[in-house]
Amino acid sequence: MSRIWSFHGGIHPPENKRQSLQRPLERAPLPAQLILPLQQHIGAPATPLVEVGDKVLKGQAIAEPTGHVSVYLHAPTSGTVSAIDCYPVPHPSGMDGLCIVIEPDGQEQWIEHQGVDDFRSLEKAELATLIRHAGISGMGGAGFPTEIKLHLSDDHIVNTLIINGVECEPYITADDTLMRERAEDIIGGIEIAAHLIKPTHCLIGIEDNKPEAAMALTRAARNSELDIEVVVVPTKYPSGGEKQLIKLLTGVEVPFGRLPADIGIVVQNVSTMAAIYRAVHHGEPLISRITTLTGDALANPGNVEVLIGTPISELLAYAGADSQRLNRLVMGGPMMGYTLNDPQIPVIKTSNCIIAATAEEFPEAAPAQDCIRCGHCEQVCPVGLLPQQLHWFAKGKEFDKALSHNLMDCIECGACSYVCLSNIPLVQYYRFAKGEIRREQFDQRNAEQARIRFEARQQRLEREKQEKADKRKARAETASRAQTARKALTPADSQPATVDPQAQLKLLKTAAAVARTKLKKADKALVQAQTDGVDDLAELQAAIDGAKAKAEQSQQALEQAEQQNPAPPPTLAELKIAAATARTKVNKTEKALADAETKGVPSADKLRSSLEGLRAKADAAQLALEQAEANTAPPAAAEEMDIKQLKTAASIARTKLKKAQKTLQAAQEAGEDSASLQQQVDQLSQQSDTAQQAFAAAEAAQPKSTGPDLKALKSAAAIARTKIKKTEKALADAQQKGLASATALAAGLEKLKTKAQHAEQALADAKQLANTETVD
Amino acid sequence: MALLHISSPHAHKAGHAGNLMRQVIIAALPGLAALCYYFGWGPLINVLLASVLALLFEAAVIKLRRRPIGFYLGDYSAILTALLLALALPPYIPWWTTTIGIFFAIVIAKQLYGGLGQNPFNPAMIAYALLLISFPVEMTRWSAPFTLIDGTSGAALPSFGDALAIIFGQAQLPDAVTMATPLEVFKHKGAVTTEELWSQSALLNGLEPWQGISLAYLAGGIYLLIRKVYTWHIPGAMLFSLFMISGFFYGSDPSNYAPPLFHLTLGATMLGAFFIATDPVTAATSNKGKLIYGASIGILVYLIRNWGNYPDAIAFAILLMNLTAPFLDYYTRPRTYGHKQAQRGIGRK
Repeated sequence: MSRIWSFHGGIHPPENKRQSLQRPLERAPLPAQLILPLQQHIGAPATPLVEVGDKVLKGQAIAEPTGHVSVYLHAPTSGTVSAIDCYPVPHPSGMDGLCIVIEPDGQEQWIEHQGVDDFRSLEKAELATLIRHAGISGMGGAGFPTEIKLHLSDDHIVNTLIINGVECEPYITADDTLMRERAEDIIGGIEIAAHLIKPTHCLIGIEDNKPEAAMALTRAARNSELDIEVVVVPTKYPSGGEKQLIKLLTGVEVPFGRLPADIGIVVQNVSTMAAIYRAVHHGEPLISRITTLTGDALANPGNVEVLIGTPISELLAYAGADSQRLNRLVMGGPMMGYTLNDPQIPVIKTSNCIIAATAEEFPEAAPAQDCIRCGHCEQVCPVGLLPQQLHWFAKGKEFDKALSHNLMDCIECGACSYVCLSNIPLVQYYRFAKGEIRREQFDQRNAEQARIRFEARQQRLEREKQEKADKRKARAETASRAQTARKALTPADSQPATVDPQAQLKLLKTAAAVARTKLKKADKALVQAQTDGVDDLAELQAAIDGAKAKAEQSQQALEQAEQQNPAPPPTLAELKIAAATARTKVNKTEKALADAETKGVPSADKLRSSLEGLRAKADAAQLALEQAEANTAPPAAAEEMDIKQLKTAASIARTKLKKAQKTLQAAQEAGEDSASLQQQVDQLSQQSDTAQQAFAAAEAAQPKSTGPDLKALKSAAAIARTKIKKTEKALADAQQKGLASATALAAGLEKLKTKAQHAEQALADAKQLANTETVD
Repeated sequence: MALLHISSPHAHKAGHAGNLMRQVIIAALPGLAALCYYFGWGPLINVLLASVLALLFEAAVIKLRRRPIGFYLGDYSAILTALLLALALPPYIPWWTTTIGIFFAIVIAKQLYGGLGQNPFNPAMIAYALLLISFPVEMTRWSAPFTLIDGTSGAALPSFGDALAIIFGQAQLPDAVTMATPLEVFKHKGAVTTEELWSQSALLNGLEPWQGISLAYLAGGIYLLIRKVYTWHIPGAMLFSLFMISGFFYGSDPSNYAPPLFHLTLGATMLGAFFIATDPVTAATSNKGKLIYGASIGILVYLIRNWGNYPDAIAFAILLMNLTAPFLDYYTRPRTYGHKQAQRGIGRK
């Protein structure tokens, strides 16, 4: 005999099991129609495999699982699918659900099926699939797909298989009847389950108010190869709760938020075991179950084997319900069952009991009084909560406090409500609070998701903005680079790019000067500091070093820049000015020196030395000027000198030549050696010729479009006319005097007249041209 | 066939908050009978007067609050409060004292907080403390039990008519029948040793009336325990701690301290342990909390009796622990199934 542990709390409500145990198990008659909800289990509703009008055979699958956590549904009898529509289904809320309706044909014609001879020869997965295809879900309470609980992954090591035959709720005797009548089926089912999950212990828990059932099971278990132990536990509600039964039989508690499988325990209901047996050994899917029909409104309470989908109204009629006295129709037990507000609701795979209660049996709750904190609820809570505190919190909507008092651990067994002296509907308060908390959590999750989405959007917008800005920037940069490139190209063609480097050079010069000044200052400061004995010498030294480095740097930069961009050669004018300045300085200094020497001032030596320096500078300046003149003169003359200058030069040359000729003549007349003079004259005449030629060339090079200067032409014409007049006068004079030169003069006059004519003509042309130009 | 649509559970244990109160009232009757036996009609008149007043005040406030009067008066809580206060008062206390006490208990200590279940302090003890502080003369003028008047029968006690006259101020309690309570005698023993006091005081040699009354309360308490009106935790812890602490001091200095049985059987110890400290509204909730709550009351009772200003200390000790009950509730929660340890404190873990 195994040891039995205990759990906190629990109640002993009147059992009321006797009523339904008076008669043997019977088979309910075939109803006129079967209503089969697609959801009779935990998980997703099944998907119909048939259509309206289809003929179905008994045991034929009419709906298949939708996803993993879902269950097959089979036709409980042969017949025709008459509808697939929404009907009221067994649910605490009284809601409607999608159902397949079958009109039985009364033939009870089975689909072809056969059991497995030796299930031990099957692979685990095959066996599990077999159970899955039999549409078996937990028949004790919630209706969890059985195959999933029995086909665990390899990381779940199961040491204990607990078979729940406790049936702790009052009134219900369905499992009791099953255990008495079909103990072998249950043991057979346990063998299959044990083969699948390989537990080290198999325990069947039965309350001590079912001695016959315990006896039957013990007898049946003796024939099994397995070591199956029947453990009789004291009658106490809710011993049949999964967690409570685990505690009772093993002393272990399922940790909060975990499953029994996590601690190596699997709990299965006895009915489920029998269903597995039928499925594996006989190939029969789950199409019927044993249901208790009880309650004071029934004339013949008892247990019946009913087809899944049988409307309750048919069962009530079968059990002789007194509709006058029927006040409350409960599916399940009086503690955790729910009321049905429509007798057309069908029996489903989890329906273990139907109570047709009279008003006297389940009187309406008395009005709730104030909670006096009597603490009875705390004494009976099987989970170890403080129900009255939870009640205060639920009433005051202090859900955070309710949560911290483990409201979510409440199994809603109703023990607290049962004992409450003030008739407070405590479980309703907890359901309300739980619903509110779930809703809050749902809202919070939604809000959290919304927040995450919003932040992601903000980030995306920010990123896009940044990307746009970057693109814009990149575009602007390329554009500006192109601009500078263009700029760099164009001045290279037209103007020498000397402006920029020059400015830079200037800047560098300034910088170097500033650096030098700073360095000097710092040096001074250091010396001052050294003499004053100030502490922060190191700092000053550092500053000086920095300044030195800077000065050197700037100097270097300047030199580099100078190397790269040599200063443009000074213009002639500049050189001239420099030379003149140097000379002036020399003169001044000479004067000063003389002055000093006469006065005997001691600074005379200095002055002398500086005078020498200045003289050297002046010489250098003069030299540079001469060099520059030599370098630039010929091209400059050709380019820059205007025609006027050329004219002047030519006339000067001519004058010089004349003078030289005169001197030469005088010398020849005086009979002196005139060879050198003759040479000079030749030279000068040559120069004069060159000048004259240059002048002519320049005049010829003058662009024609410029047009002749009107003034010049006018004066030329006037001069020509005056010359003609003078020549005419001279000619007349000469003719009168009869001189020989008169013919020459006449010829000259003729020439002058042609010239004057030419000049007049040119003037007229120019005038015309100017006019047209003005008009244009 | 109109079917009810109601959520579970559908079964309900036949119970009523009024039943619980009634049980407590019934359990207190032996004590009342004992009081009347030893002190005459006074206590009964007090109880009746207090009950009527309590119902009147309660009805008036419920009317003001516009609630169904019958429904609320039916919970017997007002009568229980009146009974407990009247049992604690001196047998022939003037009517107006009782009236003030009941008014304070029902109107201020209970209804102004929101009525039954909402009051942080035990209403009867609040009223008792108020009266003790406000009217010390009336509150300490205890009459003598008949055993100490003529020693044989109740003939020396005031008749019913006299008792009425005394309580309603028409007559004076004869000086011959007034005397100090044993706790007072012990409190004011001064430098006298316990042994000397015992040999001197006739009172201390005639403790049987008080012990008889305590026994009656104990019997009522055991009845309530059997009926599972409350658990053993509070009275058990309170009596045990009082026994232990008085035993410790008595054992260490017998000539200066009273023996444990003296503390357990005299004064309002038994009344407090089984009828007042167990008031569920103002006590701690969890079993562990109840143990701490009860034990602390026992210790406080002893401390105040020995070193406080008042000879008895049940009211003050219980009121002090009423203050701590919510705090105890937060720190003595039971461990919930599947949780490694109990949650403690107010914050969530």
